[in-house]
Amino acid sequence: MPNKFNFDTHYRSRFARTLQMVRIDPVLLFGLLILTLAGLGILYSAGDESTALLQKQGMRLSIAFLVMLVVAQIPPHQLYLWTPWVFAIGMVLLLMVLFAGDVGKGAQRWLRIGVRFQPSEIMKLATPLMLAWYLSERPLPPGFRSLVISSILVLVPTVLIAMQPDLGTALLVAAAGFFVVFFAGIRWRVLIGSGLVLVACIPVLWRMMHDYQRQRVLTLLDPESDPLGAGYHIIQSKIAIGSGGIYGKGWLNGTQSQLDFLPERSTDFIFAVFAEEFGIMGAVVLLALYAFIVMRGLYIADHAQDNFSRLLAGSLSMTFFVYLFVNVGMVSGILPVVGVPLPLVSYGGTSLVTLMAGFGMLMSINSHRRLWSK
Amino acid sequence: MPRAFVIDHSQISRLFKARAIFAASVSLLLIIGLLVRLGWLQIVEYAHFADLSKENRVRLMALPPNRGLIYDRNGVVLAENLPTYHLEIIPEQVEDMEATLQGLGEIVTISEDNLERFHTSLRSHRPFESISLRTRLNEDEVAALAVNRHRFPGMDIAARLSRHYPHGESTVHAVGYVGRISERELSTIDTSNYRGTSHIGKTGVEKYYEDELHGHVGQQNVEVNAEGRILRVIDRIPPIPGSNLVLNLDIELQKHAEQKLGEFSGAVIAMEAKTGAVLAFVSKPTYNPNLFVHGISVKDYKALREGDEKPLFNRALYGQYPPGSTMKPFIGLGGLEDNAIGPRESIRCIGYYHLPNDEEHKYRDWKKEGHGLVDLGDSIEESCDVYFYELSHRLGINRIHDFLHQFRFGEKTGIDLFSERRGLLPSREWKRRVHGKIWYPGETLISGIGQGYMLATPLQLATATTALANKGRLVEPRLLKEMRDDAGEITAMSVLSVSWIKLKQPARWDLIHKSMQRVLRGKWGTARATGWGLKYEMAGKTGTAQVFSIAQDEEYDEETVAKKLRDHALFIAFAPMEDPQIVVAVIAENGEHGSAVAPIARAIMDRYLLKDAK
Repeated sequence: MPNKFNFDTHYRSRFARTLQMVRIDPVLLFGLLILTLAGLGILYSAGDESTALLQKQGMRLSIAFLVMLVVAQIPPHQLYLWTPWVFAIGMVLLLMVLFAGDVGKGAQRWLRIGVRFQPSEIMKLATPLMLAWYLSERPLPPGFRSLVISSILVLVPTVLIAMQPDLGTALLVAAAGFFVVFFAGIRWRVLIGSGLVLVACIPVLWRMMHDYQRQRVLTLLDPESDPLGAGYHIIQSKIAIGSGGIYGKGWLNGTQSQLDFLPERSTDFIFAVFAEEFGIMGAVVLLALYAFIVMRGLYIADHAQDNFSRLLAGSLSMTFFVYLFVNVGMVSGILPVVGVPLPLVSYGGTSLVTLMAGFGMLMSINSHRRLWSK
Repeated sequence: MPRAFVIDHSQISRLFKARAIFAASVSLLLIIGLLVRLGWLQIVEYAHFADLSKENRVRLMALPPNRGLIYDRNGVVLAENLPTYHLEIIPEQVEDMEATLQGLGEIVTISEDNLERFHTSLRSHRPFESISLRTRLNEDEVAALAVNRHRFPGMDIAARLSRHYPHGESTVHAVGYVGRISERELSTIDTSNYRGTSHIGKTGVEKYYEDELHGHVGQQNVEVNAEGRILRVIDRIPPIPGSNLVLNLDIELQKHAEQKLGEFSGAVIAMEAKTGAVLAFVSKPTYNPNLFVHGISVKDYKALREGDEKPLFNRALYGQYPPGSTMKPFIGLGGLEDNAIGPRESIRCIGYYHLPNDEEHKYRDWKKEGHGLVDLGDSIEESCDVYFYELSHRLGINRIHDFLHQFRFGEKTGIDLFSERRGLLPSREWKRRVHGKIWYPGETLISGIGQGYMLATPLQLATATTALANKGRLVEPRLLKEMRDDAGEITAMSVLSVSWIKLKQPARWDLIHKSMQRVLRGKWGTARATGWGLKYEMAGKTGTAQVFSIAQDEEYDEETVAKKLRDHALFIAFAPMEDPQIVVAVIAENGEHGSAVAPIARAIMDRYLLKDAK
């Protein structure tokens, strides 16, 4: 049956060609689609089987994929030229939040410009862009001067975001900046040395804090000391995960989540719903899917042809990993609760768009490669 | 195109590959780490958590503490917690929501606003949690609902404690009120201690002593059935109720002062001279704090905000007025202390004053024909302006500033209320800093009679007067007397805060006392009408603060000047002079002259000092 075989390859290659034409990496797209579809399934269960919630999230996902598609069309050198502007605008918006921010959920992280969005979200992309922009033009591995300027570029937005206070986003922005420096080849002894200095700074910082801030840090580190507050989340989330066992209780059958013992179950704690209903088998599959996306991102980074693309791609992939690690670590009770969503699965709009814009950049880096191949 | 796009060192490539491989390995290891953790929870500890989950009928609930009560010094309740009844619905138990809402609407009034709020909560509520439909039912409504209860399964009449201020309008400026916790407040409080609490102190004592009044949250474990309904209480840690506060206020005296102030807008402060205990804290006009407890309607709020009266404005604490002639005893004392003038030295007052090098500009005395030859005592008694123009010219603004600063002018008095205003005590440096201009000698003159830039709050005037009364011992005002627990045992007492103003010759305090006594007893005393028939000796000083300035050749004519442009009337006093017990400061906006408000101070003192005789 040579005919059918021909048709098949013909069809496949046409599909692949079309994707290449719109600058989409089929491998990454495959991972993202499977993950977001699975995410919608979990959200349906976590959100009390509400179709309204599902529709809203579906809408946001469509917008996010559209953004990814648009960003993928921007060639890296264009992105490079825009970078300082994006960073400057992000910083201005961030400063505006401090002075004219809207109060949402007890923290100042919103700015009203037509629609509600968080300027700190922009910094999740603007910070690695800016660092990659800066370091790609210096000799690598970076010297002392470059490192000092890089630290300033990371610390200023991080501190501004932490002041809002939004610890989760501040952590992600700091991580994004750190990974650029890491991939730029910062020497190991410098890395370890500055790590030690940071640890030494902790007591000084502690002395500068207000009493209620100290109390919050202590609760953060030991949530179970506050069983009515942060600890309640952790206790309930551990019961949800643990009682899932090997195979889980089955979709829509998680008693912890369905009986409303688990708070924030459609947002930050959605992983607990998943682990309760699909058990460790499900968790292995889900984490493998995340690992697949991270590995693909690093692969794209390694095959990028200039330093800017390479540093950016590496940082974006690893930030995505930090997202996952912090969220799952927090939900399973080994990391403090800092308010980081499960990427591409948790209910919520703005972080979805920035994540997909980041993947758009990865795809652009991958697909515009040939233009410069020697 | 930047360099980096073209140049591609293979060495950098190799370095990057090494880093990428390292990053990939670490992430894989960490993901395996997460799986190990999940495996620990889901495989090793599975039985434990599965049991917990099956037994997860236990729900932890917060038990909010009862807010402490507030009493006046005689044990009269100023803030209490009254049970109020609310109409609530448990949606899971309702068969036909539409019919229920309509039926209930026929028994009690349910506004569009109520319905909207109900539907919003309905969308995000937890199973078997009741949702409020109407707050604050009156007795008739409760009775009507109770009779019809059988018709509406899922309907509940819940009793809650709500803050209530029985003497609301009289106490609101001191006691303040509570209101719903706002988003902004959420970020500054310990949220775990406010679980189950919906209200928080917004102003006044309610805000200042929020931590003490609030108490500490308790918790209980309750058993719930598979649908989430509470079956029984397993264990509980009871909440610790907030402390009850006893204030120094005397509500009777407060109301008396309020009544005596009459139709005037203004403020009255009465303090115990020796302790700073605030006996009366009046700011008028006033408003009803009970409106704010359950959220004031937009219409009511607008009515309070707009209009000239400004009842929300706490004049005693925030009102900054030119102190006028009430400054004269302080400045006279400063002149003696700095040897700028002798105690018996006289100055001729011809009805106006001009600076030695400027004959053009006349600074007038309030008495056109002048007071003649006057010394310090005469000048305080008759409130001669020319004497104080000369004296302040000799002192200069910086010495005036430094001396008055000791009386806390331009500073917070330290009362136990938030956001007190500082008033304004000008100096050369201040003007340069704030206005970027040099200080003119003429400005020193008008500062000498408490006009110009100088501003003081009623509370500052009263506090400064304690220092006069006690011959240099200044006491900070205090609203709180003590805290008591539920059993009525005193758990904390307010601490006196005292500072001393030392004079080189302490006898000069007596000179000022005598001069201020003459304001009431003297032949020409500006408040001599008030002094008639006094059963004790009072020392006081009238003041008149210009609301607008008069041009060089104009006359101030009370008849033609619109009411709101009329001068403010002030009076400060203490009594009995030999052993001062009480200090009073009165300000009546547009009261025209200090002598008009002196009777208010006397009425308060009569009531306070002669209460046993009565």
